[in-house]
This record gives sequence, structure tokens and C-alpha cells, in this order.
Amino acid sequence: MATPTAVDVVMPQMGVSVSEGTITKWLKQEGEEIQADEPLLEISTDKVDTEVPSPGTGVVQQILVQEGETVDVGTRLAVIGAPGAAAADSSDGAAPAAEAAPPEPATAEAAAESEAAASAETPTAQEPEAAPAEPTAPPAPAPAESAANGDGKSFVSPVVARIASEHDVDVSQVPGTGRGGRVTKKDILGFVESGGQAAQPAAEPAPQPEAAAPAAPAEAPAQPAPPPEAPAPAQPAQPPPPAPAPAPAPVAAAPSGELVAGENEEPMTAMRKGIAEHMRRSLDTSAHVTSAIEVDLSRVVDIRNKLKPELQKSYGVNPTYLIFVARAVTETLREYPWINGEIRGDKIITRNFINIGFAVELADGKGLIVPVVKHAEGLNLLGMAQAVTDIAERARNKQLSPDEVQGGTFTITNPGGYGTFHGTPVISQPQAAILGTYALVKRPWVVQDELGKDVIAIRPIMNLTLTYDHRLVDGALAGRFLQSLKQKLESWGESDY
Amino acid sequence: MAELTYLQAISDGLRQEMRRDNRVFVIGEDVGVYGGAFKVTLGFQEEFGPWRVIDAPLSETAIVGGCTGAAIMGMRPVAEMQFADFISCAWDQLVTVAAKQFYRAGTPVPIVVRLPSGGGFSGGPFHSQNPESSFAHIAGLKVVCPATPEDAKGLLISAIEDPNPVLYFEHKHLYRRIKAEVPEERYTTPFGKARIHREGEDLTVVTWGAMVYTAAEAAQQLEQDDVSVEIIDLRTIIPWDRKAVLDSAQKTSKVLVLHEDTRTGGFGGEIAATIAEEAFEHLDAPIKRIAAPDTPVPFSPPLEKAFIPQVDDVVAGLRELAEY
Repeated sequence: MATPTAVDVVMPQMGVSVSEGTITKWLKQEGEEIQADEPLLEISTDKVDTEVPSPGTGVVQQILVQEGETVDVGTRLAVIGAPGAAAADSSDGAAPAAEAAPPEPATAEAAAESEAAASAETPTAQEPEAAPAEPTAPPAPAPAESAANGDGKSFVSPVVARIASEHDVDVSQVPGTGRGGRVTKKDILGFVESGGQAAQPAAEPAPQPEAAAPAAPAEAPAQPAPPPEAPAPAQPAQPPPPAPAPAPAPVAAAPSGELVAGENEEPMTAMRKGIAEHMRRSLDTSAHVTSAIEVDLSRVVDIRNKLKPELQKSYGVNPTYLIFVARAVTETLREYPWINGEIRGDKIITRNFINIGFAVELADGKGLIVPVVKHAEGLNLLGMAQAVTDIAERARNKQLSPDEVQGGTFTITNPGGYGTFHGTPVISQPQAAILGTYALVKRPWVVQDELGKDVIAIRPIMNLTLTYDHRLVDGALAGRFLQSLKQKLESWGESDY
Repeated sequence: MAELTYLQAISDGLRQEMRRDNRVFVIGEDVGVYGGAFKVTLGFQEEFGPWRVIDAPLSETAIVGGCTGAAIMGMRPVAEMQFADFISCAWDQLVTVAAKQFYRAGTPVPIVVRLPSGGGFSGGPFHSQNPESSFAHIAGLKVVCPATPEDAKGLLISAIEDPNPVLYFEHKHLYRRIKAEVPEERYTTPFGKARIHREGEDLTVVTWGAMVYTAAEAAQQLEQDDVSVEIIDLRTIIPWDRKAVLDSAQKTSKVLVLHEDTRTGGFGGEIAATIAEEAFEHLDAPIKRIAAPDTPVPFSPPLEKAFIPQVDDVVAGLRELAEY
């Protein structure tokens, strides 16, 4: 059915947290005909890369956003006109188009704002005039603050405020150890004290410290230049004051320095920016610790060799070692709900379902996506093989929907294909752990023969690592998890699935 | 110095005052021949005779009313409620008559009402309460809650000496469990002067009565976390030692108020409010209260355990404050 009038193509909302997308490629050019649902362009967001189908049948009348540009969700990208319509007659041209976007900024920001507004308003919700008046002003400070400081850090307790004002300290410069990074009284006292020391001459005319100490820190943040009265030679080994560590700058905001000869510059894709932000945030959030274990996969190798031809013939799937590991991991996670859990605020969340994310490298080698197999606890070996094959394939072909890369409760990453035998992957937030699987290597292995004597045998050994958030998962728990996982893999029977 | 139980210390103090001062007499249900429900006055009638150790009828109103009259006539009566819970019968005599007599007529009413209070032994809703905050709210009454044998004696003697009606809450759970050195000679422990049960730097617990020991056990556990807890035993809640509490709040900046009485309207609210008013700029965390939930005291041992603040509850509360 032809489109009777012009239809707008807008940047789609690819998941709740996605606010913008980049046009990677126009598959149709102005003037070309297109069917409804036929791919019109490819876009890249920080969650997925995908194709955008045409909303109507007709002609690509006008392309408003060029390849490589990044625009907000809801922005008009193109106009599909009735069949036979001329391309861009410019009477309803480009100028209004750009402005036309705002009516529908149903972006994550907008959602977040209205949420913030809602929560900010709750106490006063009964006041009749509050609702319409408020939306603009109050929500604004909240996102700004939390973006700058992280959750709890922005709250300054009365005593901290008093100490800060007495010593003229900027609280945002003080590293916080309280809940959510809040600056505690101890933190600020320590900061004041160490600032005082740092500004002191290292030479030891002991008498004046008490007098000088309170004054010095007041100056430290204000004028980072040379410490006023520091006699230069005295303090060569003195570490610099623990002063203004600039907040980790978001990748995008980094200044674009001049290129020197031999350097080349390329823009970061939305996916790369997303990965960069997530990796940094994960390391800033979780206390990463990695434990490793060696697993003898002799039985799995045997069983896989038997199963492989049949599964390939009947179902077209390959039962890789990863599938076996994923199955065993799922069973083990059921025994260790915290490792399948998450820290949410000051609560620990556990669940009765297991959604396993699999890190998949994209074909061009320039990105990674983590599609999620939902409800892995309900899948047997064949089901797992089918699910993983499916999502991995669609991930490489950029056919995943945003929902398929969200909701993971645990992640498996498999860099072993390149022969690596160990690694320390980064946890996918807000999960508690990530399992790394490594190269299956034939190694000399001490086993017992039928007489109970130790002998050296050749065994296929795979290293597994569990990288876990030490805030939630203790080392002993991680150890037991790995031990249980190893035991399952090493005792895999023919009837296990 | 002799080592006495909390109960023996009360008995000892009372006996000393009766020996010293003829105006002092004891009245209550079964305090004479039987020696009292908890045997605080065991042997008293033999020593002091039936006119100074009086078995009263089952009427708390009559006991407190009689004491008030005797006090106005110059005596120093010490009444015993068999259980603190029963004092509600005497509310009118205490609150309307005794507490207001001096204000209204200028006549002091130097009576002491001994109140075996507190739970922890499946006494149920009528034999386990800690009604101190109800009386703390009444101008004209003093409220005393000793936690140690030494204080039990010293505060009782102060109470007898005091020209006002004094409610002396003695915690039943401490009677025979707590034993310590108590000076043999007569001494008084001043009202309104808190005792630092344990010094600390990081957190303050303000409490009184049996909860002092709950707090102390919790504080010991916090030691493993390298958190140092200061425990203030208020000793008396009317008057209460605001200075000690505010000083400690300024020092640690994090305060937990703990009491065995129920939460709403409990005296902990008064303490928390005072800290918020007068030490606001010294606080580094919200003031935390741990108290019994707003229900009658249950009979069932597991329920009672859930009702009365336990060491684990206090440990959790302290950890939360420490981590804040």
C-alpha cells in the first residue's frame, strides 16, 4: 500500500536508556523507491547497531541527516513521499525539519526528568498549582549533581559542611568513603589534616604546626600555584598534596589535541563510546577480583565428539565447549544466587531466573556486544546451543533488538579462541560477576591410574576465571562457585544435558 | 567493698537508709512477711517491724496515695509496685496529686516508688513493660533507671533524699544477672549525671537500664570492625544529662539512641530531638533510634526476643551508622 502523504522517518528509541543514535549508512538515496518495512538506513547506538525499516511505501523524498551524524532520538531523519513524488521540493524544506524534532523528544532524558519531577513532587502533589508549574525548574539540578558526583557524594552532612566552611575546603574535592561515596567527617578531617601537612615545609622546626595547619589547607585548593611559604629544597620526596583530582572526564569531552606527524584520527562510534563509558563506570563501581581454576574437560570432549555430528545434522547447531560451560554455569548459579545477583542501593537482589550474557565480537573487530540468553535455567544443552547460536549470529549481523542486549544477570566471555589462558574481564554492570573461558589446551596432567598411583597423562585442560564484585561476593564464595563448576564439568555424563 | 547483685544493692541501700533515718518506711504488696515478690525486702519486717515494712492491700492507688499523705506529714515513704506495669492504677495519685503538690501548695512530696520493670523472661504484656517515658512527660516527677549495682544503691539513696516524687525503675532482668563491687558505706549518686559506660571515638550509643549491657555487647562486636563505640548510660532520664550526650555527639557525630521501651513517644525521641536541635552542625549521620516496636510485650519467647532490641539489632544499627 502506497503512502498517501509524506511520512517522516525518525531516530528510533532503541531501549529506554538510549538517547541518541548515529547514522552509519543510508541504504536508499533520495529519489529511490522503497517498500514499507524495507531497510532504509543503518544506525548505531551505544546499545545496538541496527537497521531502520521504512515506515511507509513510496519514494525517499528527502534525507535530512547525513551519514556519520549523531542525533537525538525522535529527530526527523528522512521523509518518505507518495510514489512518484519529486525529491525535495524544498517548500517544506530542511529548515523546519530540524526544528520539527522537538515535539517528540520522548528521550531517556525526558523520561528521567519526568521521573525526577514526579519524585520531587510527591510530597507536594496535592498542591494544585505545583504540577503544571514545576516540570522545568526543579528536575534540572538533580541530574547535573549526580552526574558530577555520583549518587551519595552530593549529600553533605551538617558536620562536614561546617568543617568545610571553617577550613574553606571544597567538599567535592574530598574523596568520600561513606555510603555511596559520601564525604564523612573522618574523610574531611583527614583531608584537612593531610592538606595541612603537604603545605608544611618538610624541614622540622616543630613548634609551628598547630598554628600553621588550619590556615594552610584553606589555601591549597584556592591557589594550586606554589605553596606560599614552602622552602624549595626541603621536600624533594614529598608527594604532591592529594589535591583536586579532576573527576574522570567523560570520553567524549576529552579535548581534541593537535595531531602530530604519523598520527591518524577517527571518530569514536556510538558503540565505542558506550563501551568506554561502561568499562570505566564498572571499574569505578565494583570491587573487581578474579579467581581462576583449571578444569579437565576430558569427559566433555568425548561427549561433544559424540553429540556434534548429530546436533549438526538434526538441528544445525554446533555444541561448542562454551555451550557446555554455559550449561554448567547455569546449574552452578542456581546454587549461588548472590553470584547471579546484584547490589541495588543498599539491598542485595537475587532472582529465580538466570539471564546469561555472551560477549560477542563484531565481525569488523571494532566492537563487542553482549546479547543475553534469557531464562537460561530452562534450557538444556540443545536449547542453550540453539539460543547462543541464534543470538551470536544475529549480533554479528546487527539484527538484535535492544531487549536482547539487556537484562543479563551474569556474563560469559570467551577470549580463549585466541589461545589466551587467563584474563581479568570487566563486569557488566550491574551484575555481580563475569566468567572467562580460555583456550582448551592439551597439558601434561597428574592423574591416578587404576592402581591409585600418580601418573602423568595428556588431558585437555581449560582455565576458567570468575571475576566478581568483591563488595558482594567473598573470595571463599567465588572459590566454592568455581569448584562446583569444575566438578560439574569434570563429571559430565552421557546422560547429562 | 563487697560484690553484690543489682538486687542486693537495692536491698542494701534501702536497709541502710531505714537504719539511718526513722522517717523511711516501706509499703507494698507482700513486701513484709513474704519479703517482696522479688525478695528485695526479705528480712526487713523482722528487722524494722510491721509498722515500717507494711503489707498493703491490692491497691496501687492506696499505696501511692498513702505515701503522698505520709510524705506531706514529713515521712520518707518507699513504695513498691510489684511490677512497674501496675503503676497505671496509681496514675492519678502520682500525676495529679503527688507531682503537682509542691507547685500547687508548696509542700514537697518526698516519695520513692520502686518499679520492677523490663522484659526478657516471657512475662507477657502485664509484667514486662518499661513505662518510664510516660512519667518523664509529667512535670514534677523524677525518673531514675539504674543499670549497675553501684548506681542501684547510690541512686536509691538519692531518691529517698530527694524532696520530689521519684520513680525508681529497677530492671528485673538485671536483678540477679549483674553483680559488681558496691561500696559498703552510704553514698549518693547524683541525678542528671550520666555515666560513660565505655569510651569510644566513632559512634555514640545513648541508653539506660538493661540496654546498657546490650549496647556493650554490640560495641564489643564492632571492635572487630575497628569501630570504636562510646556508650552513655543516662542513669536518670528526668533529669537527664544533656551535656554528656551533646558532648559525645559532638565528638563522634553519629548517635544511636537505644531503649527497651516502645519506639513512638519513647524517651529516645526526646534525646534525638535535643541532639538535632543543639548539635545539628556536629552531625555526620541521621540520629538513629532502636527501640521495641509499638505493640504490647509478647509472651512467646521468640516473639519477645523479636520485640526487645537484641545485640544483633544494635550491631546492625551501629554498622549502618558506621558505614553511613
